[in-house]
Amino acid sequence: MEGEQPKPLLELRGISKSFGGVAALREVDFTLSEGEIHGLVGENGAGKSTLMKIIAGVHAAYQGRMQLAGRPVSFTSARDARDAGIGMVHQELSLVPQLTVAENVFLGAQPLTRFGTVDWPRMRREAARELESLGIEADPAAILGTLPLGLQQLIELARVLFSGARIIILDEPTSALSPPEIERLFSLLRRLRESGRSIIFISHFLDDVLQISDSVTVFRNGRRIAHAAVPTIDKAWLIENMIGRDHGELADSYVNRVELRGRPETDVALEVEGLSLTGAFSDISFRLHSGEVLGIYGFMGSGQLELAKSLFGRRPAERGTLRLAGRPVRLSSTSRARRAGLAFVPESRRSMLFAQEPVYKNVSIAILDHIHRFMLRPARERTIAHARIGDLGIRPPSAEIRLGALSGGNQQKVALAKWLTRQPLVLILSEPTRGMDVGAKEDVVRIIRKVRDEGIGVIVISTEPETVLSLADRILVMKKGAMTREFAAQWVGKDELLAAA
Amino acid sequence: MDATARTERRTAGRTRRILKDRLRTIAPFATLVFLVAFFGIASPSFLSFANLQNVLQQISITGIMAVGLTFVILCAEIDLSVAAIANVAGVVIAFFTVQDSSVNIANIPLSGGWAILLGFAASFLLGGVNAAATTMIGLPSFITTLAMLEIGAGICAVLVRGQIAYAVPPLIQTLGSGSIGPVPWIAVMAALVMLISHLVLRYTRFGRYVYMVGGNREAAEYSGVNVRWIVNSVLIISAVCSGFAGMLGVAHFGSAQQNEFDNYLLDSIAAVVVGGTSLFGGSGGIGETIIGLLVLGVLNNGLDHVSIDSFVKILIRGLILLAALIINIYAQRLRESGAAA
Repeated sequence: MEGEQPKPLLELRGISKSFGGVAALREVDFTLSEGEIHGLVGENGAGKSTLMKIIAGVHAAYQGRMQLAGRPVSFTSARDARDAGIGMVHQELSLVPQLTVAENVFLGAQPLTRFGTVDWPRMRREAARELESLGIEADPAAILGTLPLGLQQLIELARVLFSGARIIILDEPTSALSPPEIERLFSLLRRLRESGRSIIFISHFLDDVLQISDSVTVFRNGRRIAHAAVPTIDKAWLIENMIGRDHGELADSYVNRVELRGRPETDVALEVEGLSLTGAFSDISFRLHSGEVLGIYGFMGSGQLELAKSLFGRRPAERGTLRLAGRPVRLSSTSRARRAGLAFVPESRRSMLFAQEPVYKNVSIAILDHIHRFMLRPARERTIAHARIGDLGIRPPSAEIRLGALSGGNQQKVALAKWLTRQPLVLILSEPTRGMDVGAKEDVVRIIRKVRDEGIGVIVISTEPETVLSLADRILVMKKGAMTREFAAQWVGKDELLAAA
Repeated sequence: MDATARTERRTAGRTRRILKDRLRTIAPFATLVFLVAFFGIASPSFLSFANLQNVLQQISITGIMAVGLTFVILCAEIDLSVAAIANVAGVVIAFFTVQDSSVNIANIPLSGGWAILLGFAASFLLGGVNAAATTMIGLPSFITTLAMLEIGAGICAVLVRGQIAYAVPPLIQTLGSGSIGPVPWIAVMAALVMLISHLVLRYTRFGRYVYMVGGNREAAEYSGVNVRWIVNSVLIISAVCSGFAGMLGVAHFGSAQQNEFDNYLLDSIAAVVVGGTSLFGGSGGIGETIIGLLVLGVLNNGLDHVSIDSFVKILIRGLILLAALIINIYAQRLRESGAAA
């Protein structure tokens, strides 16, 4: 590579785009070379997705120029971009889990026989060949939904490649993958690079970006802040450019090792013994002290998300006992769990909030019965909501605004807010910072620490080592539905967590 | 200059947003105003006081059923058994009332109070079965209540065996067919049920839960709301409202027989949906249902006044219902896109 200038394949100059008067991109330049893996990092709202949507033809109205292979282009639709050889693999896969692998590879472009019916044998044959050439080991006749997520993602990649993409945009491809799956993805990406394809790799996982990319572009507040070749930069450089201020509390989650505080000398808030649920987890036992953050880490599918739901009574465990503050409890429903003093924020925002309703109704939903036995007291609800909005720094500070209009980070704060008016004994958080930008993450980390210091027992469940490392006083690792290891009062790094999981 | 333009633009944007948000409630209201104006001009007899009384009387039975259904639909469930349960309750009170000797039914006469109580108990019980099958066994309410539609029809058939009974307890007789001054009692009853239901939905904790469960059941569950209990309650409320409507209806029509209320199922669902309560749950209310009832009531009654072929009437009703459904779905889409932005 040295000496010769790689040919620019895609060039954007002076791209600006605004939504309703708010600038999302300001005068951005971006160059993608042929056979390059180009990392793209920045906080949420920094402009990465907007730029990618312009490249993929989703946003047709913008200022600036775009050139593909030296020729000016302007896409009016995603189809235009696809026809020009630009493909995108979204974080949420756009495949059909009920169909076979072959059908998904050919989604929307099935080979037909002379009679206009689907040519099944040819479809299976070609899908098999396509997958094999990419080194993806999957049976074309298998139903997609039965395969591991990592493999599904590779199949979506195969579909994008099969549709003739020269430029592939990957949005957060590694967030749900285990290390071996990530390795497999990376080796496929390298192979594609050698065959002359160009890849844009968007991720919050800076290690992954540094490992796979040839060069990295950093976005902040709609501007391109920096661009550099990978060997010359490190994680600290990325973080500095991404947040543009002192790293603050969040630095913990990015540095490799943290010191766990260990178990505090307090009462046991929650004692779990021998909890089992078929197909999810078995024989789980642990103790949570009040005023402690217990992290539970494991790869996707290790059973920790199911454990969280089970503790909150959503999918009651089949065997095992629970004691809350020493008293045995049977949590057969979420309303019982709530009344017993448990609180839970699930991993998906969609399943914890009422997007159509104003903020105050979202905050008060969990305490209506404590406000009045039968009636609503909207004035009281609003007062409480305003108090929480103040405590947690929810923006904009309005109790009346429809929740769906808030940013993701603020929605997450509202989800926390509903449990903080009447303090629970135990607060269970599933993926509390997933998909959030650095600023919002920092706020959430601060809130969780404050809650802990008020004496609540907190369980943080995550598939991201950074999340657990940045929050936990003690870490339990789950693997295939069982607890495999505990880290307490010691130095621990991401590598050790990964090794234990 | 620039600033004024911007303010204007912002105001225009806000107006548009409010219109978008309210499309589902504005459209039915506009339809109602249009229909009243149209029939008022087309037929001099339409706007008479006597006819107004007529309209009220005609929509009262549908109205009581539709109120119960409003709870169910707000919860994003459906109850297809309302008419069947109304029929059961009507037949049950007749069955437990002394009938004329010409009526050939093996009935068991009880005092009026007991008959009414048994009518309510039967509807409560059938609603309970709907609820149990839906929340405990996990059948979709669409299926459960479809089965209950048949079960209800079966119970009626077994009780009356093709005969017609005429007598109902005196209290029900008065409420169903009497009037105080110019106002029919049945309309007063409907208004009372509507008022109570409105208060429950707007001002009680239970009402809030109904909206929240309909808005996002998963989120309600994760907020520690007893979703199962709420769904049980709305199905039972719906059944009891239907039962009440059925008892009054039997008195109103002066007879209790099989398949008496069959037309009322579609009418009551139509009233709720035409009024603008979301088929996906979470938005709407009694106010909307009242508008929907009036639209249907005015339409049914008005078409009689302008002497249209009765077969065309059915077609027109179908088209109005289709239009309402389209607006309902379209409004939902606007709302979702608004929430996502």
